[in-house]
Amino acid sequence: MVLDPNILLQPFQYEFFRSAIIVSILVGGVCGLLGVYIVLRGMSYIGHGMSHAVFGGAVVGYIAGFSFYIGAAIWGFVSAFLINEITRRNKIKADAAIGVVTTAGFAIGVFLISTTRSYTRNFEALLFGNILGITAQDLLVIVFVTIITAVFIFFFQKRLLFTLFDKETARVYGVRTDMVELLFSLVLATVVIASMNSIGVTLLAAAIVAPAISARMITNNFTKMVISSTIMGILTAFLGMYSSYFFDSASGSTIVLYGAACFGICSLYAYLRKIYQTHSHDMLTHSHPHIHVNEHKHEHL
Amino acid sequence: MKIMATSSSSWFHRRNSTNGIFNSKGNNSINKISSAFSYLVLKNITYGYVPHKPIIENINLLIPRGRFVGLVGPSGSGKSTLVKIIAGLIKPWGGSVEYSYASANNTGNDIEIGKASNKSQGQKEIDNFSNSPLHPSQSIPKNRNGSGNGSGIENGNGNGNGNNSAIIGYVPQIETVDWNFPVTVKEVVGMGAWDKSGVTPFFTKDIVSEIDQALDSLGIHSREFGKRQIRELSGGEQQRVFLARALVRRPSILLLDEPTSGVDHNTQEKILNILISLSLVGITIIMTTHDLSGIAKRLQWVVCMNKRIIAEGYPREVLTDRNLLRTYGLGGDGDNNTDDVTDVKAC
Repeated sequence: MVLDPNILLQPFQYEFFRSAIIVSILVGGVCGLLGVYIVLRGMSYIGHGMSHAVFGGAVVGYIAGFSFYIGAAIWGFVSAFLINEITRRNKIKADAAIGVVTTAGFAIGVFLISTTRSYTRNFEALLFGNILGITAQDLLVIVFVTIITAVFIFFFQKRLLFTLFDKETARVYGVRTDMVELLFSLVLATVVIASMNSIGVTLLAAAIVAPAISARMITNNFTKMVISSTIMGILTAFLGMYSSYFFDSASGSTIVLYGAACFGICSLYAYLRKIYQTHSHDMLTHSHPHIHVNEHKHEHL
Repeated sequence: MKIMATSSSSWFHRRNSTNGIFNSKGNNSINKISSAFSYLVLKNITYGYVPHKPIIENINLLIPRGRFVGLVGPSGSGKSTLVKIIAGLIKPWGGSVEYSYASANNTGNDIEIGKASNKSQGQKEIDNFSNSPLHPSQSIPKNRNGSGNGSGIENGNGNGNGNNSAIIGYVPQIETVDWNFPVTVKEVVGMGAWDKSGVTPFFTKDIVSEIDQALDSLGIHSREFGKRQIRELSGGEQQRVFLARALVRRPSILLLDEPTSGVDHNTQEKILNILISLSLVGITIIMTTHDLSGIAKRLQWVVCMNKRIIAEGYPREVLTDRNLLRTYGLGGDGDNNTDDVTDVKAC
């Protein structure tokens, strides 16, 4: 039985699908890119929290009568600022600050929905994503945010890396670490806001974190991790979006499932590689006696 | 060890020879063009992590350029805190960190530094030194990290745009670093030159060359180790990578927090020899250490402290039983002693 190539290309006949593919590739790539820095910062929860926080702002914005992007942006930026300040000034750690600030934002949204009877927008799309309902304006916003994010990462790469690795020494050497972290949080908030419609607030965190931790499983090199994570984000987004057409499933959840599968594959690869390296090493010791100075360094006897 | 020490010091000397900071013999003479400081002056530094409970109190130190100083004291005595204050990471409650650009050679009014029998006399000397019209002292009001008026340190890149600040190299404790972070050796050293090759993620050829030279001079062969992840290195190699990161900045002051902790004796020797050779080319080195017998005894100048300065001077004169008992609070009055500076010797 030969697979008809026309079936494989069938989804691309529809303009809404072509738009959706573009959006998913852009969102997947930018989430994969940012996810590296979030994972290495140890703030994997912030994607989850931020997406919930902007939900409240989006609802407020819609009910107040202006673009829900504006409401989401305002509350997203306020949340980013609050998380940074609370973490910097107080004794509590970032995950606690994220938990309080962002769930409060989400709670505001739920509260308003439950008490306001005069809304017509389907907020379910915000929660779970509606990539097939992307408008031209949404596409424009995503393209703009992708460019902003790429430019920020490009020009702040050295500062970000230094701040992530050794914040204290970075400060001694003149890096404005507080400003770098705040800007990063604002860029993240922007990405979350732009991606809400496509992935949905409940699944966005996985879209951010999954490619990065998958890349971390297969490489110890920062540059390779950034490249791998971005590529994985693009691939899982594309494959998830494409598959959802044939499975007739929700696109956001399908993308996330591909991300989870990618993580599983990378974990398996890392596990098998470790076994192989251990096995190779054991075979070598019979003919090559040595002692271990540390885990990766040998001293020859 | 000596060959390595020579290569690191000669490399550093060659790099800085065009700046005219150090003469051909590596002595501490002041060059007319140079903006290097003459003395690092710590005046009445007081700080604590809990309000009204200072961990260091009224610290006064006068450190000539090129001196190799060891801060000795028990855990919690404030050594690391003092280093961080000098680095500009912490703003002290009171006091200041200043640079003096006077030359002791061009005045007829030499002040005998350090021949003090008590704290007030020592404080007078520092005040006289920094307030004398023949010894202009420049206080840097604020550093780039906003440490405020207290620290008086400018931690810029020292590009010489009318900036007379000292350039600080900082080597943190190994324990504070995340060794699982996916960075290579070259990437770590490159962080020290983050602001020296533009805003793009890439380094210029000159900077790459300097990174390689810094690593090679410290016995970390850049071609072999450059692309390795830092976790793959031994403790001594990791320390040297951090040292290379500091040296890439061409520091005039090198601050090290427990650089020999967690490494074996041979590695300690290697690191110490490297630091000694760096001090010989005029870099002021301030390091904290717990090792009294192996390290402190070999330093040029030792400061015993436990919240306050207990004693400072040559190791053989300072590391006496009496001073150590008072420093470590063993049967002495430790940080409650009000007669702080009792054994202070001139350089």
